[in-house]
Amino acid sequence: MNEVVSTAAPQSWYLVLSTLLFSIGVIGVLLRRNAIIILMCIEIMLNSVNLLMVSFSAYAGNTDGQVFVFFTMVVAAAEVAVGLALLVSIYRNLGSTDIDVLSKLKG
Amino acid sequence: MEQFIKPIHLISPTLLIPLFPLLGFLLLSFFGKNLKQAGAWISSLMVLVSFVISIYLFKELGNKQSLDFDVFTWMRWENVSLNFGFLIDPLSLIMLLVITGIGFLIHLYSIGYMSHDEGLTRFFAYLNLFIFFMLLLVMGNSYLVMFIGWEGVGLCSYLLIGFWFKKDAYNDAAKKAFVMNRIGDLGFLLGMFFMLFYMGGLDYATVLSSAEGMEKGAPLLVAITLLLFVGAMGKSAQIPLYTWLPDAMAGPTPVSALIHAATMVTAGIYMIVRSNILYTLAPFTLEIVMWVGVATSLFAAIIGIKQNDIKKVLAYSTVSQLGLMFAALGLGAYTSGMFHVVTHAFFKALLFLGAGSVIHAMGGEQDIRRMGGLWKYIRVTAITFLIATLAISGIFPFAGFFSKDEILAAAFHHKLVWVLLSVSSMITAFYMFRLFFLTFFTNFRGTEEEKHHLHESPWTMTLPLSLLAICSVVAGFLGMPAVFHMPHWFNTFLGPVVETSKGLMGEVHHVDHSTEWLLMGIATALAITSIIIAYVFYISKKQVPESDEETTGFAKVVYNKFYIDEIYDKIFVKPIGVLSDLLHVVVDKLIVDLLVNASAWFVGFTGRTMRLVQTGNTGFYIFAMVIGMMVLLLIQLVL
Repeated sequence: MNEVVSTAAPQSWYLVLSTLLFSIGVIGVLLRRNAIIILMCIEIMLNSVNLLMVSFSAYAGNTDGQVFVFFTMVVAAAEVAVGLALLVSIYRNLGSTDIDVLSKLKG
Repeated sequence: MEQFIKPIHLISPTLLIPLFPLLGFLLLSFFGKNLKQAGAWISSLMVLVSFVISIYLFKELGNKQSLDFDVFTWMRWENVSLNFGFLIDPLSLIMLLVITGIGFLIHLYSIGYMSHDEGLTRFFAYLNLFIFFMLLLVMGNSYLVMFIGWEGVGLCSYLLIGFWFKKDAYNDAAKKAFVMNRIGDLGFLLGMFFMLFYMGGLDYATVLSSAEGMEKGAPLLVAITLLLFVGAMGKSAQIPLYTWLPDAMAGPTPVSALIHAATMVTAGIYMIVRSNILYTLAPFTLEIVMWVGVATSLFAAIIGIKQNDIKKVLAYSTVSQLGLMFAALGLGAYTSGMFHVVTHAFFKALLFLGAGSVIHAMGGEQDIRRMGGLWKYIRVTAITFLIATLAISGIFPFAGFFSKDEILAAAFHHKLVWVLLSVSSMITAFYMFRLFFLTFFTNFRGTEEEKHHLHESPWTMTLPLSLLAICSVVAGFLGMPAVFHMPHWFNTFLGPVVETSKGLMGEVHHVDHSTEWLLMGIATALAITSIIIAYVFYISKKQVPESDEETTGFAKVVYNKFYIDEIYDKIFVKPIGVLSDLLHVVVDKLIVDLLVNASAWFVGFTGRTMRLVQTGNTGFYIFAMVIGMMVLLLIQLVL
């Protein structure tokens, strides 16, 4: 075990924390109606996974997980940019970001 | 053919022979619209060049040398290799000269005959293509190359029979010819598969040398020869596949002369002579060939008596003469059969061209009941037609006399065959003179308008007639009977081709001189009797064949060609029609359509059902997504 790990909290704490964060994100996505909040909840989910990967990386003693986190962040940034742009456009057209308004697309 | 040396310097001229007609075909197909009348001359010129080269080859090679070479390897696997190559030996040389020589004359004739036709260049393109394929057929050094030519001439025959494609009846005739030939081709193809499988090759050298190693009457040889003969039955119009040839007269008359009289229909005879060793080693097949030939000869001759269409009479006469040739082959008299091919090519081409000239003068009328008295209007045609008629009837010294006499002499040891063939030649003489007298003598029976229109054909038509007439007179002297103590040039020339067969045949029935005189006397007497009978009926009594409605009894049966077409229609065409109707209803409508409709309905049904999932509620979509992820997770955990 390396030094960082020996002085840090046990890994199970990280697991519990990231599970909590992920659940908050999922519940937020399911229950909230505001598209901006949903977008933020998705970000929470992404970051809970990031946290998990960093902790595993630290405990396993190699950097693979951390490298992955960088990739996730880049993708997340792009996703947010696109998502927000869509939201701005939706707001301009419909005057609202409530997802219940977006019900035109049905079979 | 090891005994021959290979004159290498003759390879390129050999290759040029088929290339010129092919070039003519390509030129006319691509630039025909611009060439018009000039195209016809170009096309004839191409065949003339091939003829000149053939003469050159003939002079260089003689019958002591032959040329056998491969141009390229077409396919190769394991120890079999199929090559595309040519063989020029005495047999091919004879055929080359006949095809290009008569072919050229008929091209020349067509320039005049077809000059008013809008499809002039198309016609000449087809003719050149035909010459090309026919040359491949006789020049190939393997059954494979022969088969390419065999199929090619069938195609050209189809195209030319249906040349005036605006008439449905002509298209039907073309299709009939094609289908009948396909039946024969299947036999040829199966024969080739047998050779490939059991003899390890398709080139003549391999097949014939392998056959020489087998015993006489080996089942394999019998099977191969019978299958090949089925091919010959189709192409050379023998019972039971002959019905296409009379219908093929729907094509322009030069086509009937070139394809359906002089060259293509003799392909079957060429093929049997080419494989003479196989046939000699399969006596059973020879027997069948002989009887089919005899039956066809007699049967077609009888039908010929009651036909009133000038071209139909000639068509049945062609079938009958081809039967005679097959009978000769069946008797083992290969060279006699070939000799008759050559003489027949001259006088039958002449007869057809003469008929064409008559039709031309009559403005399209083909019924001999409406002709008569044409002698003084179209003198050249009439005289040349008379020569050809004398030749086909076997009157001395015209060509047909010598070749027919030779076949009858070969048949003499087989009394029944001899009697039947003699009867057949007698009938031939009768219906040919019936045709001749009705067309050219007594009074004109057509309309005033037609009488006014009567005129002799242009020189491009009468020149070929005259040249062919000369050939019909002198060609016979190529094969003088032994009694005249003259060399039989034709037999000597073809000697090397049938040498091995002669050795295998064993005893040869030679008729002595007194018998031969007697045979000639009988043949001539029979022919002259027939001519006199025809003279009495159609000139002295001035009889004209009754109209279709008045024909009764047996005459009506003969007039309707023994109802063979109707019988074939009942036995083969109708059942196949019923079967296809049945398949249409059961398989197509019930099974295939059901499957297709069922799959279409299924796709529609799933679409209609699944579209209800798309509610348009974003919250629902997200919910479904999360549920889906959970399910995936669960699966991951459980498994």
